[in-house]
Amino acid sequence: MADQEERIPVMQQVLDNPFLLLFLGITIPTVIYLMWGVMEIANIPVAH
Amino acid sequence: MATTYRICPRSGLQFNSDAEKLMRWHAVAGVLSLLVGGIMALGVILTRWPAVKLLEADTFYMVLTAHGLNMLIFWIIFFEMAVLLFASSTLLRCRLAMPRLAWFSFWLMAIGAVMTNIAVFQGESSVMFTSYVPMMAKPHFYLGIILFAVGALLTCFIFLGTLVVAKSEKTYEGSVPLVTFGALTACIIAIFTIASGAIILIPTLLWSLGYIREIDSLMYRTVWWALGHSSQQVNVSAHVAIWYAIAAIVFGAKPMSEKVSRTAYFLYILFLQLASAHHILSDPGLGSEWKVVNTSYFMYFAVFASMIHGMTVPGAIEQAQRLKGYNKGLFEWLRKAPWGNPAFSSMFLSLVGFGFLGGISGVMMGAEQLNMLIHNTIYVPGHFHATVVIGTTLAFMGLTYFLVPVLFKRELLFPGYAKIFPYLFGLSMYMVALVMMGAGTLGVARRHWDMSFAGAPMAYEWPGAAYLMMGLTGIFGTIACVSGGLWILQIVFSLLFGKKLEEGEKLSMPIPLTLPAPTPGGAAHPPATPGTMVLALIFLTAFILYYFVNWKYLSSLWGMA
Repeated sequence: MADQEERIPVMQQVLDNPFLLLFLGITIPTVIYLMWGVMEIANIPVAH
Repeated sequence: MATTYRICPRSGLQFNSDAEKLMRWHAVAGVLSLLVGGIMALGVILTRWPAVKLLEADTFYMVLTAHGLNMLIFWIIFFEMAVLLFASSTLLRCRLAMPRLAWFSFWLMAIGAVMTNIAVFQGESSVMFTSYVPMMAKPHFYLGIILFAVGALLTCFIFLGTLVVAKSEKTYEGSVPLVTFGALTACIIAIFTIASGAIILIPTLLWSLGYIREIDSLMYRTVWWALGHSSQQVNVSAHVAIWYAIAAIVFGAKPMSEKVSRTAYFLYILFLQLASAHHILSDPGLGSEWKVVNTSYFMYFAVFASMIHGMTVPGAIEQAQRLKGYNKGLFEWLRKAPWGNPAFSSMFLSLVGFGFLGGISGVMMGAEQLNMLIHNTIYVPGHFHATVVIGTTLAFMGLTYFLVPVLFKRELLFPGYAKIFPYLFGLSMYMVALVMMGAGTLGVARRHWDMSFAGAPMAYEWPGAAYLMMGLTGIFGTIACVSGGLWILQIVFSLLFGKKLEEGEKLSMPIPLTLPAPTPGGAAHPPATPGTMVLALIFLTAFILYYFVNWKYLSSLWGMA
C-alpha cells in the first residue's frame, strides 16, 4: 500500500528530471530544424 | 567565504547574497541596454514616419542595428539571466552554484554587449540584428555577440547547477515550483539558442577576419534563425513564468492544474524552437516538407501550449478572486482586480496583447501560403513588437515594480506614474503593433529607410492608408518611447534616490503589493471559471476569423482563371 502511495507517475519523473528535459529540448530541434535543414541545403546541386 | 542569506520582510523571499547581487547587476545592465535600445527606437520610429524622416539612410541603418541588438538580445537576455537566478536560488531557498563563475559570466556578457555596441556606433557594422551574410561587420561586432552568448550559456549551466544544489541539499520537496519549471524551460531553449548562435557566428567571425573565404547565405540564414527566433522563445517561456509569478504575488493564485501547466511547458521544450523556420518560408532551397513540419505540424503543439497558459493564468486569478468572494456574474473577479497595481495591470495587458496580437498573427505567418502575404513587410515587426514588447518587455517592467522594494530595498518614487504607465506604454504599443501589421498587409517593406522608394526607377504608389498607418506608427511609437523612457527614469531615480527600506520596514507607497496568502475556505473543489471560459471563446473566435480572412485575402490576390 505504502509503495503504491509513493509511486511517482512516469510523466512526473520525466518532468522532474531537468537533464532529460535538456536532452530532449536540444535533440528534437537539432534534428528536425537544424540537421534536416542543413542536409537539404547541402544537397542542392551546385551551379556551374 | 560563508554563504549568507537575507529574508525580505516585505515578501518573505529568501535571498542568497551572491545571487541577490548578481540579480541586481543583471537587472541594471538590462535596463541600461533598454535605455540605449529605447533611444534608438525613437530614431527608427521618427525616420520611418514619412512626414518626419529624421535620419539619413546610413545613420538609420546604424540606429536600426543598435535598436535590434540592444532590445532583442542584450536587454532581454540580461533580464532573463536575473530571472533564472531568482527562480533557482531564491524560489528554491538555496545557495547559488559556482558564484565566482557567475560573476565571470556576467562580465563576459557585459564586455560582449559593450564591444558590439562600440562596433555598431563606429558605423561600419550596420548589418542589422540579423547580420545576414554577405553583409560583413567588423570582427569585434561578432566577437562581442559571441562573448555575450558564452556568458549567458555559463549562467544557464549555473542555473542547472543550482537546481542540483537545491535537490541535494533538500531545500524543497517533490517537484520544483511552477515558476522555476518555467525558468527551466527558458534555460533549455536558451542553451539550444546559444549553441546555434555559436555554430554560425564563430565561422562568421573567422570569415570577417579573412580566415574563411565565404559563408553560404542560405546556410547562414537557416542556422542563424535558430539563434534569432529561438532567443525570442526564451522570452516567451520567461514571461509566461512571470505571469504565473505575478498571479501568485498579487492574488495568491495557485495554478489551476500543475499537471496541465507543466505539460504545456513540456510542449514548449520539445517544439517551440521550431518556429524559427517561419523566417525562411519564402526561401528557395528548403523543401515544403521541412517548412510545413517545422512551422505548422509540430509548431502547433507549442501554439496549443501558449493557449493553455493564456487560459490557465487568468483562470488561476479568477479562482483566487472567487474564493475571496468576487462571485457576481461572469466578470466581477476581473472588475475588482487591482487595476492600479502596475505589476498586475502590466501582466494582464501583456497576456492579452501577446495572445490576441502576437499569438494570432504568429500562427497566421507560420502557414507557408499565408506567409507570402506579409513576408519581409513591416507586418513582421508588428508581430514581434506584440510578442517581445507587449508580451515580454511589459511583463518584465511590471515585475520590476515588485523588485524595486523587494530586491533593491528601495521605495518606489513617483507611484502615480507607476499606476498609469502600463496603460500608457502598453496601449500605445498595442496601437503600434496594429498599425504596423496594417501597413504590412498593404505591402510596406520592413527595414527600408524610405517607404516611397523616391528616385527609384521602379517607384510604387502606395495607397493613402499605408502612409496614414506609418504616420500612426510614428505617433504611437513616440508615445511608447517617451513613456518607456519615463519608466527607466522612474526606476533609476528610485534606485538612486528612493528611501532605503530597512529590514522589517513596511512599504509606505500606495501601490498595493499583496503577498501570497492562504486562500480562505480551503475548498476541496476550486470554483469554476466561467469568465475565463468566455474570454477563451472570444479569443478562439478572433483567432479563427482572422486566420480565414487571410486565406480569403490570399485567394483574392491570385484569381483562378
